[in-house]
Amino acid sequence: MSAPFSPPSGKTGPHAAPSRDVHARPGGAVHAPPRTAKVLIALLRKELLVELRTLESIPGMSLFAVTTFVVFHFALNQDTVSGQEAAGILWVSLLFAAMLGINRLFVADADQGGFDGFLLAPVDHTALLIAKALALLAYLLVLELIAVPAFGLLLLGPPLGQALPGLLAPLALGDIGVAAIGTLIAALAVRTRARDLLGPLLALPLLVPIVIGCARASAPLFSATRPAGPPLRWLGTLALYDLVFGLIAYAVFDFLLED
Amino acid sequence: MVELHELTRNYGERAALDDVTLTLHAGQTLVVFGPNGAGKTTLLRVLATLLRPHSGTVTVLGAQFPDDAWQVRGRIGLLGHEPLLYRELTARENLRYHASLHNVEEERVEQQLAAVSMTGRAEEPVRTLSRGMVQRVAVARATLHDPELLLLDEPYANLDPAAIELVEPLIGRESGCTRVVSSHDPSRGLAESDLVLGLRAGRVALLANATSVSTNAVAELYR
Repeated sequence: MSAPFSPPSGKTGPHAAPSRDVHARPGGAVHAPPRTAKVLIALLRKELLVELRTLESIPGMSLFAVTTFVVFHFALNQDTVSGQEAAGILWVSLLFAAMLGINRLFVADADQGGFDGFLLAPVDHTALLIAKALALLAYLLVLELIAVPAFGLLLLGPPLGQALPGLLAPLALGDIGVAAIGTLIAALAVRTRARDLLGPLLALPLLVPIVIGCARASAPLFSATRPAGPPLRWLGTLALYDLVFGLIAYAVFDFLLED
Repeated sequence: MVELHELTRNYGERAALDDVTLTLHAGQTLVVFGPNGAGKTTLLRVLATLLRPHSGTVTVLGAQFPDDAWQVRGRIGLLGHEPLLYRELTARENLRYHASLHNVEEERVEQQLAAVSMTGRAEEPVRTLSRGMVQRVAVARATLHDPELLLLDEPYANLDPAAIELVEPLIGRESGCTRVVSSHDPSRGLAESDLVLGLRAGRVALLANATSVSTNAVAELYR
């Protein structure tokens, strides 16, 4: 029997999606491989449905961040913080809260056969990377909608309102980086026996530059005396780091899924 | 359709499959017998492209593994020990999800639910269904995209006689698919097979046409 698929035009090799030529068997149905956008929507919908039903990630992440602010409040014995100190507390808390979501990202797929179901389908594996990264981005967005106002209320000295417009860029760039690195590491760690340990051990060193960049970019916004916009140098560094890890994730993700 | 030549697959130092050679033609059924740990599931996972062969050649539906495995994705249906269903999603949501991955029309989901008599429970999360019901939904999932090759790992586990009758048109001989079935039931297995493979510790202990194999010969594999 000759192969009914021709090699795809984009990625090639054993991990690539088949081309959109149809295949059939005598008397059987005819199915072209689905469009990547359709697969992406199906994956994302499934991710969000599972999270809505289980509430395993977002509530834990949010509660962790708010609790950390309370702990900092007592540990520092200060009513308010500002400047670099405030930025450091905010980003370290967000980072560790994000780790909870990263650790859970592929658990349902690994434990309930989701990987196998996905690998059996004639789809581009990159769709899973993008869907998982988008799902993690959504979790981080919800986390920040809760954690940032809580930070302003519990710890931040200067009014949050004046810092908020400038904070959007570091938040967005930080989230993209955490989503790219988090998805990559979660896919790597989830198939190991020590996944709960390995995930943070691998992810944290890679996420430290994001925390540094975001904290440095946010510090002027939290200044008690002379608030200023985020330094473009740090925003540029964050964007570059995001791009590099986005490309690395794209290049190696297929190999993490395969045997 | 399926050609294995000196297939070997290891888990660490241990060979789960060792030097397996056989040919299965289109439309035929291969039934694989063997005690637990004999390599039945590993064989099915290699054929499903989920495990790489470590040596030897594997050709399935004209594609050689692992390099051309991508060519057969979407043409194989796997029914394994795991149902490959998300427990928090309903049966219908699970099938719709798989339908999207295989570019299958939504009407097909309803047809499949009806075929396994699960339409009435289709809106309940899979975690609330009994094992037999989950297995029926898994059968609907495995055959949703009308695969050419069916890989069935003890497909009748958890099914009562009425349910077995129900899924027979989808995964039985009458499905018309080429099938590789792992089984522990000699009489049923022999009745539905064209070719019989007996594995013991990953090695071929029996390979013959079904007509020339007795239930005693199969039982011998387990001693």
